[in-house]
Amino acid sequence: MEKELIIRKIRDGIVIDHIPAGRALTVLKLLGITGKEKLRVALVMNVESRKLGLKDIIKIEGRELSKDELSVIALVAPTATINIIRNYEVVQKFKVEIPDIIEGALKCINTKCITNKPREPIKTRFITVSKDPLMIKCDYCGTVYTAQDIENMLLRTRE
Amino acid sequence: MERCWLGRDVLSILDFDRKCIEELFNLTLIMEKYSRTRLNILEDKVLALAFFEPSTRTRLSFETAMKRLGGSTIGFTGEEAISVSKGESIADTVRMLDSYADAIVIRHSLEGVAKYAAEIANNPVINAGDGTQNHPTQAMLDLYTIWRELGEIDGICVGILGDLKYARTVKSLIEGLTLFRPSKIYLISPPALRPRREVLAILENAGLKYSHVENIDEVIRELDVLYVVRIQKERFPDVVEYERVKGSYRITLETLKNCKDTLIILHPLPRVDEIDPQVDSTRHARYFKQAAYGVPLRMALLTLIFGREDKVR
Repeated sequence: MEKELIIRKIRDGIVIDHIPAGRALTVLKLLGITGKEKLRVALVMNVESRKLGLKDIIKIEGRELSKDELSVIALVAPTATINIIRNYEVVQKFKVEIPDIIEGALKCINTKCITNKPREPIKTRFITVSKDPLMIKCDYCGTVYTAQDIENMLLRTRE
Repeated sequence: MERCWLGRDVLSILDFDRKCIEELFNLTLIMEKYSRTRLNILEDKVLALAFFEPSTRTRLSFETAMKRLGGSTIGFTGEEAISVSKGESIADTVRMLDSYADAIVIRHSLEGVAKYAAEIANNPVINAGDGTQNHPTQAMLDLYTIWRELGEIDGICVGILGDLKYARTVKSLIEGLTLFRPSKIYLISPPALRPRREVLAILENAGLKYSHVENIDEVIRELDVLYVVRIQKERFPDVVEYERVKGSYRITLETLKNCKDTLIILHPLPRVDEIDPQVDSTRHARYFKQAAYGVPLRMALLTLIFGREDKVR
């Protein structure tokens, strides 16, 4: 009853479930969703979960993201599951997996990194060095990031 | 034999394995004979020297090497000299150089520029220093000097002293040492200037033994090689702290009184006051010789990249 009260079902789009409690905003940031895209987005934070105790949920209406785009979610929400919804039905359901290469989604915080130079046609690229514990490396300047660093990086670049 | 250098970019020393490095050393040994004469094997080649940041030894030794091989060079030093100062991107500058020259040597204060340039250019790109990251040809030169002066790199004890956090020559040397089996590496620096965690991870992954040391006196007896780099005042948040430690990282005759007879001292240069000039006349000082090897080493490197080694032997 309470769940129904919070969010109604979406017709077409995606539901990102089982996000660790408190990380939903970071996930949105990672997906580049700011609210200015005019997408209908519902966000629930700190609701009960049998698996996690507490969890966050994000529902995005009217947009489907590719598996590659969604895989970066694993960097901050390794427990997340993705439900692809079409005409109110779940047509696909999968767990996110940490990608080997992360292109474009993150911004290197090293101010001396070439990827931060204005007017250069360059996309950021990070290589996953280790999945557990999570460690990624900027492919250009070599700066290494842990899971905590990635979260800090996303919070720092929040507009 | 597989030609591991032909047409390759040289971005990090770890792009190459031990076999490739030894091939470079063997050709450098031959090139020593030609470093005062002219060997016309690259007459048809033009090398672009793109130094966005100043350089003395690296630029001049590349230029000398190319000329000794009969090739020619184009290039610039400093952004004022080129359109970058008018707002041109590095990408456009690299495209232009790539269309004029057969290979590009690049130095820039930003990290990852050489890799970026290599993604844009069709011709080989040689990293001559990018920020605090890599300086692979310097590391090749450092290792060559050890190999040439001591006969081997395996089994030796190496002390690296100074600013180990920001010096790119140190990062590249540490990477290069992992291609060999030195017995021990002492990292001699103030705690605040120890190598970055990703650099230490390289040593750990290679299974090399290393220790952090603050005072060189503790380990000087054991060293076969002492590699010195400058500690820059601006790296310290506190001038008082800098003044306190700087004397401990200066090599004098007194520092060397308990060292091995065969110890060699290297320095990528320029030196300011971290090695007392009195040390220059000791048998330990090899830094000027090291700088001189820069020409034959880069002659060998260019020969291999352009695939002309058969014309030398």
